[in-house]
Amino acid sequence: MSVFDHLSDLPDLPARFTGDYPIMVEGLTNRFGDQVVHENLSLKVRRGEVLGVVGGSGSGKSVLMRSIIGLQRPAEGRVEVLGRDITAADLDQNIGVRRRWGVLFQGGALFSTLTVGENVEVPLRQYYPEIVDDLRHEIARYKVRLSGLPDAATSKYPSELSGGMKKRAGVARALALDPELLFLDEPTAGLDPIGAAAFDRLTRDLAETLGLTVFLITHDLDTLHEICDRVAVLADKRVIAVGTIPELLASDHPWIQEYFNGPRGRAAMESKERAVHKAKAAMDKDAPRGDTG
Amino acid sequence: MRDWAEYSIAQADGGGASLAFSGRLVVSTVGPIDHELRDLETPLASVDLANVTEMDTVGAWVAWRIARDHGAQITGASETAARLIDAVKSSASDAEIVPPRRPLAERVPLAVGEMVYAWGGGIVNLLGFLGAILVAMGQTIRHPSRFRLRSLVHQLELVGVNSLGIIGLMSFLIGIVIAQQGAVQLRQFGAEIYTINLTGRLTLRELGVLMTAIMVAGRSGSAFAAQIGTMKLTEEVDAMRTIGVSPVEALVLPRVMAAVLMMPLLGFFSAVVGIIGGAFLADLALDIPFFTFLRRIQEVVPLHDVWVGLVKAPVFGLIVGLAGCYQGMQVKSNAEEVGRRTTMAVVHAIFMVIVLDAFFAIFFTEIGWD
Ligand SMILES: Nc1ncnc2c1ncn2[C@@H]1O[C@H](COP(=O)(O)OP(=O)(O)OP(=O)(O)O)[C@@H](O)[C@H]1O
Ligand SMILES: [Mg+2]
Repeated sequence: MSVFDHLSDLPDLPARFTGDYPIMVEGLTNRFGDQVVHENLSLKVRRGEVLGVVGGSGSGKSVLMRSIIGLQRPAEGRVEVLGRDITAADLDQNIGVRRRWGVLFQGGALFSTLTVGENVEVPLRQYYPEIVDDLRHEIARYKVRLSGLPDAATSKYPSELSGGMKKRAGVARALALDPELLFLDEPTAGLDPIGAAAFDRLTRDLAETLGLTVFLITHDLDTLHEICDRVAVLADKRVIAVGTIPELLASDHPWIQEYFNGPRGRAAMESKERAVHKAKAAMDKDAPRGDTG
Repeated sequence: MRDWAEYSIAQADGGGASLAFSGRLVVSTVGPIDHELRDLETPLASVDLANVTEMDTVGAWVAWRIARDHGAQITGASETAARLIDAVKSSASDAEIVPPRRPLAERVPLAVGEMVYAWGGGIVNLLGFLGAILVAMGQTIRHPSRFRLRSLVHQLELVGVNSLGIIGLMSFLIGIVIAQQGAVQLRQFGAEIYTINLTGRLTLRELGVLMTAIMVAGRSGSAFAAQIGTMKLTEEVDAMRTIGVSPVEALVLPRVMAAVLMMPLLGFFSAVVGIIGGAFLADLALDIPFFTFLRRIQEVVPLHDVWVGLVKAPVFGLIVGLAGCYQGMQVKSNAEEVGRRTTMAVVHAIFMVIVLDAFFAIFFTEIGWD
């Protein structure tokens, strides 16, 4: 490949992460002045899982995410992402790690002077200069569509989008590099229920087909039930419990009980049960046909 | 050295070639082969993915796009690969990334026309804005309890007190320069002593206020525009309106008032420090003792010079405050706009100040204050 000799000095890319825990947080303490947000918090995220993170408003979910991606320097503790210590090294030294994750911020954080399509192109341009313009444009177009936005949104500026559309555009940018690790801060907040369900499906599909590990902060109980393998509960400045929803239900922590057994929690659980019943019934009906066909 | 994805082309007997990808077909490896395959002339009958070890949506896209362009079959796709290809296939689009641009021949006249139009509209809007401020002022006079005293005090501090240091330093240096340059020229006529007149009258009449206005425009006018502009972007201004708080009353009035009130004080301060600078230099370099210089100032500078400065100052303050707040309120849509408007606020303010200063100079001479 003589034409691309000049590219050979591009930094080598580490292979995919093969350890057990792409995200490991140990003894994390975060403070803002006198306010202690996290104290001795530990959390391990397994490779290939969708981890839901729940907790009351202001319990420090977003701050936890910021610490994991290296934007918030913790007062104490250790954060390891894809096998690299994020707290020790400078953000700039972690290029190898940063191009393997995608982040959706709670506020969208789109670049306001660029169109949605250009927003998606930014990480590609930054990390993969060898990708020619045509391919980059094509990638941007299908990512925008993949995130559930209409074609017309690609050339729009963030100020011309609705709140939910901004969220989706943020997701498109987070997915731009086909990352191994996806951080989503309330991706379905502000989406209509149909859009939210579609988004859940998209996340699930991507997680399964690409083997993504997803760190998903959400208040959406349906999302938790639908796509999360495990759920981490943030309260009292720590992760008080991590587990599947049935496991969490067995816990007797009052906040967890209130959360899953409150009126909304019940409704979400029931709708999930109904869906499972329906799916079962459909499968039973399909079964004989399946045998003959 | 990076491991790029690889491909090979085998000529099949039954017409058309077969393209086989191998290795990792992912975003970090497809760049070069995508580039090469774009110019591929050989018609392909099939695209084989059997030897692909890993794939992501970008890899799937590249494979699918080549198959589409050649009307080729995709073979050997694993289940994952097939799902990914399905996903990108159904998301394929040819949407524009940036809004289409008109051809240059249309764009230039259009931009010029819009600029002229905006210029005319800008003057009308600025007058309207001034009107809104006057209305808000009337409102606060009628309802003094609505007046934002705290906000005004805060702005007074930001505009006035906090800029004392920089304005003092600037004025001191300017005083030195005037005295020094003046002395060099006047010495040729043996009129070195007139350096005192020059420094005193120039700083009090012209330079003190003018330089201060420029400094305040750069320091505070820009801050007004950037603050209000950012608040417009984050919808804070809209939120204020819906709560029934008038943004002009809450944001603009305190800032403009602070600029109007502080400019005379700062201008006078600047003139005084300038004179001290001149006296300092005279003491060191011209053998005119420091206090003699100051005493002579009282004798040679007519009182109306002080008034000239003090009359101009609030007008300049008004211009600086108005330009800053007006440009801030015009911000829409994006962060770049904040920067553009901030620049415009400073440039317009300084330009207007200098133009008006020329008018003032003629005016005061005509009425005999020369
Ligand atoms: N930059 C900051 N400076 C000071 N305090 C902060 C900062 N960022 C967050 N905090 C505080 O940290 C706490 C946790 O904030 P965080 O944004 O993580 O909440 P959250 O769990 O994401 O809530 P929500 O569900 O509402 O998004 C809050 O009490 C907040 O006041
Ligand atoms: Mg948050």
